[in-house]
Amino acid sequence: MNALNLARLGVTLLAGALFGFGLSLSGMLDPARVIGFLDVASGAWDPSLMFVLGGAVAVAIPGVMLQRRLARPVLEETFHMPQATVIDRPLLLGAALFGIGWGVAGLCPGPAVSALSLGLMPVFVFVAAMAAGMLLHDGPLKRLRAPRS
Amino acid sequence: MTAYWPSLFGGMLLGVSAMILLLVNGRIAGISGIVGRLLGGQQVVTNAAFVIGLVLGPLIYAAAFGALPDVTIAASWPVLVLAGLLVGVGTRMGSGCTSGHGILGLARFSPRSMAATATFLAAGVATATILGFFR
Repeated sequence: MNALNLARLGVTLLAGALFGFGLSLSGMLDPARVIGFLDVASGAWDPSLMFVLGGAVAVAIPGVMLQRRLARPVLEETFHMPQATVIDRPLLLGAALFGIGWGVAGLCPGPAVSALSLGLMPVFVFVAAMAAGMLLHDGPLKRLRAPRS
Repeated sequence: MTAYWPSLFGGMLLGVSAMILLLVNGRIAGISGIVGRLLGGQQVVTNAAFVIGLVLGPLIYAAAFGALPDVTIAASWPVLVLAGLLVGVGTRMGSGCTSGHGILGLARFSPRSMAATATFLAAGVATATILGFFR
């Protein structure tokens, strides 16, 4: 492994740690807080997650504007950006299924994986099921949807 | 208002993390994508590095503030399994989650991500609110 690869890897590790730290600080790691935001009729609505998303997007918007002016990222040849542009059925159906699961447990992928370090059995159960769901989709379900590829 | 400073500042750190990954490595910080590719055996070292960092984050928080972050999970195991399956299938089918669509997608003004974010927020609010009547 050369120095450039090592530097990229170090940056990736740092970004991951910062993300996990930010989730912890923001309260997003706690499913009870997430449910408190998503349940709008509880009588004790907790708006803090709007501040989380708002803060993240407020930082990301100028970052993306800067990215669009750069020819290439610092340590890579090109930017690897999403190419899909069509709002299709898998996008909306997938987002709806994800939202239902999120509303049931109060966990989305980032906080669930990040909270693995806390050693709580319910987190392990959720992440194992989530991993199974991902593998189920990327394997059998995807083949079912595109049988003639 | 002061009660929301940690949420705002924590959220801003999520943005900083995503921008480091984007501007330095040219990659989108989408957690479901990273975890999904790791499980599928793609770019294992890179994706594992991010996941290791992500898992270390709460421990760094504990070292800094002297207490682990609160995590309270009310759901029973069967419910967690169902929710986990829905989140796993849904995020891969929908090509992203709260980070990729919610943070990066909105910041990029991507119509696809705006549609996805509106959909999972609406579904999440509807689900949690309906279930709230049974709690």
